[in-house]
Formats: sequence, structure tokens, C-alpha cells
Amino acid sequence: MSASGEKGIVIIGAGQAASQAVVSLRSEGYEGLITMIGDEAVPPYQRPPLSKKFLAGEIGFDRVELKPAEFYANANCKLMLGTRAIKIDREAKTVSTNDGHVLDYTKLLIATGSRVREINVPGFDLEGVHYLRNVGDVAEIQSHFKAGGRMVIVGGGYIGLEVAAVAKKNGLEVTVLETANRVLARVVDPIVSAFYERIHKAEGVDIRTSSTVVGFEGKDNKVTGVDTGDGNIVPCDFVVVGIGIIPNTELAEEAGLEVKNGIVVDECTRTSDPDIFAAGDCTNHPNGVFSERLRLESVQNAIEQGKTAAAAMMGKEKPYNQVPWFWSDQYDLKLQIAGLSQGYTQAVKRGNPETDRNFAVFYLKDGVLIAVDAVNRPPEFMMSRTLIAQHAKLDPARLADESINMKEVAKA
Amino acid sequence: MTKVTFVEHNGTEHTVDAAEGQTLMEAATKNMVPGIDADCGGACACATCMIYVPEEWEGKLEAKEAMEETMLDFCEGVADNSRLSCQIKVTPALEGIRVTMPESQH
Repeated sequence: MSASGEKGIVIIGAGQAASQAVVSLRSEGYEGLITMIGDEAVPPYQRPPLSKKFLAGEIGFDRVELKPAEFYANANCKLMLGTRAIKIDREAKTVSTNDGHVLDYTKLLIATGSRVREINVPGFDLEGVHYLRNVGDVAEIQSHFKAGGRMVIVGGGYIGLEVAAVAKKNGLEVTVLETANRVLARVVDPIVSAFYERIHKAEGVDIRTSSTVVGFEGKDNKVTGVDTGDGNIVPCDFVVVGIGIIPNTELAEEAGLEVKNGIVVDECTRTSDPDIFAAGDCTNHPNGVFSERLRLESVQNAIEQGKTAAAAMMGKEKPYNQVPWFWSDQYDLKLQIAGLSQGYTQAVKRGNPETDRNFAVFYLKDGVLIAVDAVNRPPEFMMSRTLIAQHAKLDPARLADESINMKEVAKA
Repeated sequence: MTKVTFVEHNGTEHTVDAAEGQTLMEAATKNMVPGIDADCGGACACATCMIYVPEEWEGKLEAKEAMEETMLDFCEGVADNSRLSCQIKVTPALEGIRVTMPESQH
């Protein structure tokens, strides 16, 4: 039997996609019970600020939580927080939790998100080695924020660089260790990598690329240094590891749902089971703009799939089909990214990333715009979102020409 | 608390109590006002929280910064009185303000 004795929609996960699904289920006219199961102790909140303003202490949890607690009560959404779903029984249509509840579902939404990729080197379990994924992690990292403190960041991706910027503002000595030969190597052109390396070095961050961590050294079970295997030990008081995330797909897989780099869903977030839907970081979904399947780690994806899933659970088709976009805040720089640059054949620069603090890089594939990285350049970002959706074939010379307004670049 | 009214494109009105220090975007999303998506949560990164502010209220708001101005310039349905609601802080001076929303946010 269910915890309440009433059947309804069950949502596994309590992040951005789950929260959006509750809002959208109600606006789609669903009147039954909703139960949300989340393994953290707090209601759904935004993760992007965790490595930005929230880490900096500029905003509190009240500005990070998505809805006030009373919203869920008013929406007849039962929150089971601090609770983990451990099994989906598709035949009985139930979800079991770690505290012994068995919930009946009419429809099930899997919005389990992702977890940090852990570093598997000697000393990984020393005190002072942290990851950044949830609000609790932030408090632990902040406890080390003392001026002059020495911090090592493992991984020169968005999380690592955002944390570096905040730590520097707090007066810490910061070293970033990146395995690849440049930062952000997975996601941007070398032009953008070189820009961020220049900015962080100017701010006093010690960025070491081609630098692989082989172990952590410690004393009294506390981390004291990071071993880069080349005879160097980087001394430190604490470490933050940011080397990517892994989708939480195990529950789906154990239930026999199709999983292939994410839970496989269609454009309406439907899984291979007609009563089970999935949304957010944990999904592998088709993207009509790029005509390929994607697994995205982004808020936009979580929100839009949350909306689509709510509609689909109500029997309505509202396919999710958008140009992906992302952002990153570091120092006074707002990086806005639209599209996906994988497979680009030409990168076109607009502005001067060697000397200035604003510029854009357009990514073309056989002349067609597929992505943009825009630093403090909203016009380039906003116009590109439209042009990418249109598969616009653009003249690289016009894109690079700053005398041509972004609204005019597509004109022949 | 400051009373703020959001008017949907179809004319439906939502009057909410907004706390000082909140943004108009937060006052909307935390009170279930539909039509303000605010995907980025207020980072001025997405332009999905556009509203229209009646002329007589314009002087009571802080002026737009360059980032907001240029984001708005490229929004669908932008008008002279468009603002991004995530950039507007609620103050007692806004008591009774009525803002309207576009048909959809992109």
C-alpha cells in the first residue's frame, strides 16, 4: 500500500525538473496527489548559484530555493525529503523507498539528475577533499574560506573556474590543476580557453594545464598536498574536485528501462514504459534542432523537459525541441553559450579576446552556425539563439566585422 | 510587503505580496504567477522574465544596466517599456504597481 493510501503521480528526484513538473502538472489540470521523493533534506533549489553567488555568500538559501515550502502544501504535493527511492516495480506500479514505504503510482517521473564523478586516486578520502554538488557541500567549502588559505581545484571546467573566481575574491591562494592542455577543453575552442587562462592568471590564480593528479598527501588524516606525478607536490589546506558528473540512471536500468548514456526518452520525455517518464540531466533525448540524441547537463533542459513531461503525463504532446543554452559567471564576466559546438569546422572571432574582457566566438559547421560562446556580449548570444534554430548559413567575414550590427549579420 | 499585480497576456490578473529585497521575478515565480519562466533564476542570462511597465511607474524603478538593455533589445515582443523582471528590486515605492506580460517568453 502507499504511504497515504492514495494513488497518484510519483516523482523521483527533487531538483529543477521535478519542481517544474509539479508547477506544470497543476497548470495542465492534474488534480490528483503528487508525491516527490528527494534524498536531500531540503525542497528543490537551483544548483547554478552554488558555484557562484551562493558560494560567495552574496545570497542565502531563500534566494536559491525554487518555491517556498508552503507552495508544495498548497499544490497538494507531498514531499518525502531525506528519502531515497530504491526500487521501481513496473508490474505492480510501485516505488519503494529506503525508509520502508511502498508508493503506488499512476504515472512515474524519473528526475534523478546526476552526481559528481569521483576521483579515484590514493588519498581520495582524506578530510578536506570536497566536491560541489549540493547546498551541504557549499557550507563545507566555505568553512575553509579564510584569507591566505591555500586551495587546490582539480579540474579546469566551469565548476572549477567559477569556484576559483569566488575563492580569489575571498583572498585565497588558488591553484587549478587540469589534465588537458587547456581549460574548458571539452566545451570551447582554444580561443576561449586562452582567454579564461589569461583572465584567471591576471587575477592571481595559478593555472596548471597538462597536470594530472595521481594522489593526495595528508597528515593526521587531513589533506596537505596534491601529487601531480611529475615530482611536484602542490601544498594545500583543502581541495575541491570538479571533474564532471554522471547521470543517475541505476534505478531505471534495474527496472529494465532502456538506458544508453542516460535514460532513453522520446521528444515528449516518454521512456519505453508508457507509464514512466524521465526529465533533466538523467535523460538521453532527441534534439530536433541538431537532429541527434543528446544528454544535457543544464537548467534549461531540466525546466523544459519538466514542462514536456507534465504535459505528456496528461496525454498531451508538447515536444521539447530547443537550442540548448548555458551560462557561467566568473569575476565580472558573463559567458553565455548557445548551441553545441561539437563537430565545428570553423571558429570565427568577433572582438579581441587577447586584450579585452568581451568578445564572441561563433562555431560554424560547413558554413552553418551551430554554436556561440559570448563573453559580456548579449547581442551575439541572443541573435545566435535565433540563427542557430534557423540553421542559418553565415558569412564568416560579416560575423567578424564589428561594424555590422548583430541584427544585420545574416543579411547577404 | 508590497502589493504587485501581474497581468497575463490574456488579461488574467495576479496580485501578490512581494517582500522588500525580492525581485519582481521572484515575487512572480514564488507566488505561482504563470508566464514568467526565469530559467536562469535571475542571472540576467536568459531573458525569459520580460514584463511591460506602465509609463507612470518607470521613474520609480532603477534604471536599466547595459546587460539588461542589450538582452531586451533582442527579445521577441520587446517594447520601449519592456524590462527584465529579475533586475527590478521590490521597494515600498512600487506599492500598487501593475505590470503586464508578453504572450510567451523566449
